[in-house]
Amino acid sequence: MTGVGEAVVRRRAVQDSPTAGLGLRAPHYVEAEACRAVGLWFEVHPENYMVNGGPRLAWLEAIRARHPLSLHGVGMSLAADADPDREHLVRLHGLVRRFEPFLVSEHLAWSMWGGYYRPDLLPIPRTSEALERVVANVQRTQESLQRRIAIENPSHYLHIPNHDYDEIEFLNELCRRTGCALLLDVNNVYVSANNLGFDADAYIDAFPADYIAEVHLAGHSADPSLGDALLIDSHDSPVCPAVWRLYARLIERIGARPTLIERDDALPTFDTLLAERARAHCILRGTLQVAP
Amino acid sequence: MTRTLAAFQDAFAAALGADVSAPQMASLAAQPGFIVYRNTVMKGCVDALLANYPAVARLVGDEWFRAAAAFFARDHLPVRPALVEYGDEFPDFLAAFEPAAELPYLADVARVERLWTEAHIAGDEEALAAGALASVSADRMACAVLRPHASARWAWFAGQPIFSIWRCNRDGADPGDLQTLAWRAEGVLLVRPGGSVQALELGAGGCAFMDACAVGSRLSDAGVAALDAEPQVDLAALLAQLLRAGAFAQILIATEREDSKQ
Repeated sequence: MTGVGEAVVRRRAVQDSPTAGLGLRAPHYVEAEACRAVGLWFEVHPENYMVNGGPRLAWLEAIRARHPLSLHGVGMSLAADADPDREHLVRLHGLVRRFEPFLVSEHLAWSMWGGYYRPDLLPIPRTSEALERVVANVQRTQESLQRRIAIENPSHYLHIPNHDYDEIEFLNELCRRTGCALLLDVNNVYVSANNLGFDADAYIDAFPADYIAEVHLAGHSADPSLGDALLIDSHDSPVCPAVWRLYARLIERIGARPTLIERDDALPTFDTLLAERARAHCILRGTLQVAP
Repeated sequence: MTRTLAAFQDAFAAALGADVSAPQMASLAAQPGFIVYRNTVMKGCVDALLANYPAVARLVGDEWFRAAAAFFARDHLPVRPALVEYGDEFPDFLAAFEPAAELPYLADVARVERLWTEAHIAGDEEALAAGALASVSADRMACAVLRPHASARWAWFAGQPIFSIWRCNRDGADPGDLQTLAWRAEGVLLVRPGGSVQALELGAGGCAFMDACAVGSRLSDAGVAALDAEPQVDLAALLAQLLRAGAFAQILIATEREDSKQ
């Protein structure tokens, strides 16, 4: 089996029998390609592969030949009060066609505004107007890509006044109206619950199970001056015990879903990440209990 | 429906800069969490510049680089989320950056790094084989036009050994001692005929030759341009060197514009 047929089978495999994957960073290309861990898949930011040619695309081809792939965008700026950037969509569609990812995801956030890109995931007031705009932008994106995408819950650092919806209502409505899926980032929930003072368990319990296409796990850090009062979603440390506990609680309720270990900074060895990923793999298979 | 979302984003974007004058930003910018967004935006820009200009960073040290990059990023936000493209104005910024004045080679080293990035992400294309010109008959040779490879980038630096400084400050290279470098003019050719970017030193004649080829000059005219720039240049050896490096992708015959791709 080769080429498209094999890719389609792999895509179904991750969705039918969800396993754990790893965020892939350039220093780990060689080990990632060679790794034969059962069910291992990789996720990349498509923005890093929006190039005309060269070794980046060649590496991703090599990885993709052996592992299922997920594209996790950070630059679509779906929550900006503006249409999605046409050129960005064209480039993303090109990557989707070439690499046939089993999942394409983005964020409930904005980053492009006034012609400039701010490398962050910026917040919005969840108003009816914002919902209309995000619905339209997700629809436009799904039509352009000719596939369903998943939207990730953001990390929060600010109390924003004038929300019309709570976040879960907003995401539920978005899914209902666009047919999109959700990516539940458990660390984002933990960080946001800490920073804004809500109950992370209650949020996890209320998140709509049927829409969850993927789960993210990552590490965070405490603000250098405010300490634990302000946690930062920094992706530069291992998943913390409290997030593992929330994750186990989630999987017990909703069943197995493709789960990603994200690490973008202070990159440890590939084997260290693989060990963290194995823990998620065990929880998905129901073989590892996490102490409450 | 009024566009309050757009107004929010205008105000938020301004506040990420330093302008917190919008009334709706007062309660947000006053919260300790607001600085997280400002820091993350700045870190994203600085990290991208660090990834795109590693030799400059090695020359000036991490701390100096981060400070300069932050200065740059304040006035030059990325225009696209593909950050490998970010920072094309950084070399010009360094050239005018007062604290960099005592390192007169820094901006040109940055220019080489930018060319390297362009070569690294250029479209894939097969390079012309080293022996490709052998198939062109003698009477058509003068009309031949060599089209540079999509990834080929070159530059001549008239005052300083920029290629040497850049090369010994690449990752994994021995930075050596700038004091021991022969202080002479140098040019560079960067090209990616296969998997990775190859770099070689190119003289003034070679750079002039590539310039001429890039605008579609015939081989004979490109040769004249090379001799004008560097009278003692050995044209046969230069052409052989460029072909071996994979600097060209196509031979065209100027009179007929016939595509005789090898």
